Amino acid sequence: MNGHGFRRDVIIALVALAILFLLPLVFPSRVAMDFIVRVAAYGIFATALNLLVGFGGMVSFGQGMFFGGGAYAFGLTMQNTGASIPVAILGSVAFCALLALVIGAICVRLKEIYFSFLTLAFQMLIHSVIISWQSLTGGDQGLVGGIARKPFFGINLADPTQMYWFACFLLIACLLAMRHILQTPFGYTLRMVRDNPDRAKFLGIEVWQIRLKAFVIAGIFSGIGGTLMALFVSGAFPEHAYWTTSGDAIIMIMIGGIQTFIGPMVGAILFSLLNDSITKFTEYHGLAMGIAVLIFTLGFKRGVADFLQQVGGRWFRRAAS
Amino acid sequence: MSNIALSVQHLNKSFGGVAATQDVSMDFPEGSLTAIIGPNGAGKTTFFNLISGALKPDSGKVLLGQDDITQLSSAEIVSKGIGRAFQVAKLFKTLTVEESLRAALMSPAGKSASLGQHFPLAQTRERADETMELLGLTAKAKSVTGNLSHGDQKLMDIALALAMKPKVLLLDEPIAGMGPEERTKMIETVYRLWQKGGLTLIFIEHDMDIVFRIAQNVNVLCYGKLLAQGTPDQIRNNPAVIEAYLGVAHGEVA
Repeated sequence: MNGHGFRRDVIIALVALAILFLLPLVFPSRVAMDFIVRVAAYGIFATALNLLVGFGGMVSFGQGMFFGGGAYAFGLTMQNTGASIPVAILGSVAFCALLALVIGAICVRLKEIYFSFLTLAFQMLIHSVIISWQSLTGGDQGLVGGIARKPFFGINLADPTQMYWFACFLLIACLLAMRHILQTPFGYTLRMVRDNPDRAKFLGIEVWQIRLKAFVIAGIFSGIGGTLMALFVSGAFPEHAYWTTSGDAIIMIMIGGIQTFIGPMVGAILFSLLNDSITKFTEYHGLAMGIAVLIFTLGFKRGVADFLQQVGGRWFRRAAS
Repeated sequence: MSNIALSVQHLNKSFGGVAATQDVSMDFPEGSLTAIIGPNGAGKTTFFNLISGALKPDSGKVLLGQDDITQLSSAEIVSKGIGRAFQVAKLFKTLTVEESLRAALMSPAGKSASLGQHFPLAQTRERADETMELLGLTAKAKSVTGNLSHGDQKLMDIALALAMKPKVLLLDEPIAGMGPEERTKMIETVYRLWQKGGLTLIFIEHDMDIVFRIAQNVNVLCYGKLLAQGTPDQIRNNPAVIEAYLGVAHGEVA
């Protein structure tokens, strides 16, 4: 029964990837492709955050530090060394893993609100470092000068369509990897720790180790999201590591839903659609976003994917009986 | 005289100025069934917390067989062989009965943090089925534990502890808050578990009828001190116990 689940996930992933790959051939729109690349970066980021929030019960308010950390680590490696894109991505992953290990080791033993605020504090610290270390990071200007997209393995990311394909591939690969992680023994232990950490302790589980592992995994994938963003915008900016970025990810998972795996991805799409359409009409886009979030949290009392799953489940049961 | 499964020696624990446990020493022979009784605030749950590593004693020792487990973490103590169920059931409320047990059983297999396979692991099936059978939860295997009745939640709590095959099982008020029918079922279940052998069972209970009916030994705690220990008959007739506990007009002697 378990092997089947993974095979099903792989099939869904391949179908999704095929649809995304073919999309530009049917709809040749540069705007749509760019939109999807950004959504891919945010989707990876929000899904990573939800590993902590939805499945680990750890509400990180500072996840942007890994998004920004990944973006800067990638950008700096590309600008200052002769590394190829895949090597720089791996370097960025390693950097985020290490950063998450150190910060996580301090944060994960704290409970609830204390955990949340400490992650926020570390984020502000990282943001300050980025702003003040001008000689390295370019300070509040960000990492300017562009990131050269050198071809690798015959892939040329300077070409917008190839960049789009690459982003789609990275998105699907990351989602599949995170989906797999949640179906492993570790994924279920994480749910136990979320539901009742005290009970988990009395079953021989070292709760802090499980939390730390989740924190590092979420840090890595958040960093990959940031890396993709840096690759796309050809630079890294302090906003990527600012609390508003963490806040955006929280809003995405609130809108999309935290109980279903795909919820954050749905949230990332809706958030980006809302954001883009609202900014076209008004400068008060924060107000409009706020109202949208209120509609979801107060109206549906849960994210879209969670709501649909529940309604769908009810419909299915009725149809079956 | 049989071997000692669990021994506590001169345990002390204070919270601020309140001495919750004062120089408590007890031995629990292998395969024994012991009740811990005492008025409210006697330090019974604190005593369990000290044995199971939830609290560290100020002084004194806890020995499991020959092993000194006083300074170990709760998780380590569980893997040494002490299982614990709680006064208020502590469950994984989003998981089903079967999922909870199979997830719990990854722990003794050393697979809790594994990223290599998919849940559930084949090796956890047998013990999970066996545990559900032992506690009469087989019919509820697919129920989410958060939706179980109060009585079934308490059984589930014991099931989680029992699945680990503990040498010593600590039950904190197994029948608290239950209706008469649920009580009978729970007591029969607990007694049957113990009769199967291989298990040293220690339980905290308020209901004297139950205690005197099933316990082999009764230890009485009062204001953090061990007041008396003996067989149910000895305890029933112990003047100090009668004065401190059984004699009080508003006592739980229902």
